[in-house]
Amino acid sequence: MEQQTTGIPGLKPAPLKTGVAVDLIGVHKWYGDFHVLRDINLRVTKSERIVICGPSGSGKSTMIRCINRLEEHQQGRIVVDGMELANDLKKIDEVRRDVGMVFQHFNLFPHLTVLENLTLAPIWVRKQLKKQAEEIAMHYLQRVKIPEQAAKFPGQLSGGQQQRVAIARALCMNPKIMLFDEPTSALDPEMVKEVLDTMVRLAEDGMTMLVVTHEMGFARQVANRIVFMDEGQIVEVNEPKAFFDNPQHERTKLFLSQILH
Amino acid sequence: MSDIATTTDAKLMEGPAFVRGQPLAPLPPPLAEAGAIGWMRKNLFSSTLNVVLTIVCAALIVWLVPPLVKYLLIDAVWEGSIRADCLPRPDRPEIGACWAFVIDRINFFTYGFYPIEERWRVNVFFVLLAAGVVWMAWLDAPRRDLGVIYFFVVMPVVSLILLLGWPLVGLAKVPTTSWGGVLVTVVVSAVGIVFSLPIGIVLALGRRSQMPAVRLFSVIFIEFVRGVPLITVLFMASVMLPLFGPETWSPDKLLRALVGVSLFAAAYMAEVVRAGLQAIPKGQYEAAMAVGLGYWKTMGLIVLPQALKITIPNIVNTTIGLFKDTTLVFIVGIFDFLMTIEAARVDPNWATPGISTTGYAFAAIFYLIFCYGMSRYARFVEARLAAGDRR
Ligand SMILES: Nc1ncnc2c1ncn2[C@@H]1O[C@H](COP(=O)(O)OP(=O)(O)OP(=O)(O)O)[C@@H](O)[C@H]1O
Ligand SMILES: [Mg+2]
Repeated sequence: MEQQTTGIPGLKPAPLKTGVAVDLIGVHKWYGDFHVLRDINLRVTKSERIVICGPSGSGKSTMIRCINRLEEHQQGRIVVDGMELANDLKKIDEVRRDVGMVFQHFNLFPHLTVLENLTLAPIWVRKQLKKQAEEIAMHYLQRVKIPEQAAKFPGQLSGGQQQRVAIARALCMNPKIMLFDEPTSALDPEMVKEVLDTMVRLAEDGMTMLVVTHEMGFARQVANRIVFMDEGQIVEVNEPKAFFDNPQHERTKLFLSQILH
Repeated sequence: MSDIATTTDAKLMEGPAFVRGQPLAPLPPPLAEAGAIGWMRKNLFSSTLNVVLTIVCAALIVWLVPPLVKYLLIDAVWEGSIRADCLPRPDRPEIGACWAFVIDRINFFTYGFYPIEERWRVNVFFVLLAAGVVWMAWLDAPRRDLGVIYFFVVMPVVSLILLLGWPLVGLAKVPTTSWGGVLVTVVVSAVGIVFSLPIGIVLALGRRSQMPAVRLFSVIFIEFVRGVPLITVLFMASVMLPLFGPETWSPDKLLRALVGVSLFAAAYMAEVVRAGLQAIPKGQYEAAMAVGLGYWKTMGLIVLPQALKITIPNIVNTTIGLFKDTTLVFIVGIFDFLMTIEAARVDPNWATPGISTTGYAFAAIFYLIFCYGMSRYARFVEARLAAGDRR
């Protein structure tokens, strides 16, 4: 399926088939009676970096988890690079292959070594040969600057190293889009930077990224647009400079005053 | 608290600020906490209740151990070949355990009526099984993935051919009716484990399945089997199994018992495995799904390896129970280890008033050694898991 021309494939983000990476159109979701996502409309274009922020419980995680179907939406449409997410299991697996995800708590596989964590999906899902998968994995470990940890188990690494492994694990699948759900909020302060640096480099390579984070420095530096959510709705979307310097909505102003003081 | 603390640091602490000058060297613990006396005071005599318990236990040991040693070792008869050797004589009024009887009949206890010239096959089976058990139990063994295939596929097939015989490869047929003793006990236990674990895993997955029909079947099976005694399951297996085949089909008696034991153990294994599955955090499933693994790959590559590992102590405990429960197969006419002792103790060659006690003592020691060994192993794994070995 993939066109792999050079020696090691998949070092650049895989090209999107369409110009629109993610299209959320009138998406609603309920947990029981609780209306957690209300009429979400968001179009993310190729190589765009979106930062999503908002108070706790506003539905940020739920929204990006809908994009790779870890959560199911009940109304509206979600189209990922031309593929609409419906109840077709094949399609869902196809989307998941192309969408990498990084979690707040890393969720590395503790019974596998770092290298095995990275090669598992390429071997079993992408059907790569073990040797090729390991080569690619080592390349990404170098990119996240921990090639020397390949043979260790996740439990033997620091939080920052684990999160970088998690990023490398997602990259090994050669994704078109990367989702980050608060990738630094479980980390000690001195490790936040190493993970953010990794993400900045990823952005420089042109990866399409949706990042839930409260790291406003990162948002300023990297984001094309910032999405502010509250109570399951998108309240404000703007470019970083305008968002921080001149927020429009009352709720945004309050939120920013609380986290920036 | 103690006088050690009154150092120069204490003086420095009087001011609002403090900067450590000299680093503190580690000191040995205060005397009362260390050494044999400290240990005894802490562990044996720490409170009134503890003192009472210590005395009661000491009394129990004094009361029980000397007669046991006397019976099992000092007064025991080690040599002899007929019952008269184990009868009291004027020069030996007190007779302890008649180990001569056990030594004389040990082959019968081990092989039952398995033909003498074919018994090497049983020995090979024991070795194959032991190798498989070591491969599985040794957590750092090389290629444990191959070990799984060996234990659950290769070994059962080879053992079956070896024990039953296959004239085509020059192994004479030995009907299961002539199997007996430790062989049968081990076969029933091993088959119980080899089959109950995979079936138990499937049932456990079924019970957590999204599909209502699968879930319902699993729940009914597990709860039904766990709700009746093993004896009932054995009776049902030996009476009902023939009903499922053609009318002329009369399955082997041992096979019926094996099916019964396996299904019984599977229901318990299912619950043990389910507990393990429940301990795997949701994040593991999500991470697996997010990289595009489907249900079976997620289970087989991510969830089960972790769940089974933390479940090993409980699997071993279930196995201990199963191992002891196999003695019940005598109910459906299977000649297991305990039955060989039953048969031997009433054998006129050896029947004396004390021979039954010897036989049962031997059986008790046999079961104790195996069960204690397994129990120690479970403890070892538990300790290793608790030590946070994330492998
Ligand atoms: N499985 C669930 N069942 C019911 N309610 C849920 C479930 N998951 C989340 N919720 C609720 O949905 C709301 C949105 O949750 P979500 O995790 O998306 O918030 P968030 O914006 O990511 O918050 P945080 O910053 O704390 O991560 C919360 O009120 C939460 O309690
Ligand atoms: Mg969240």
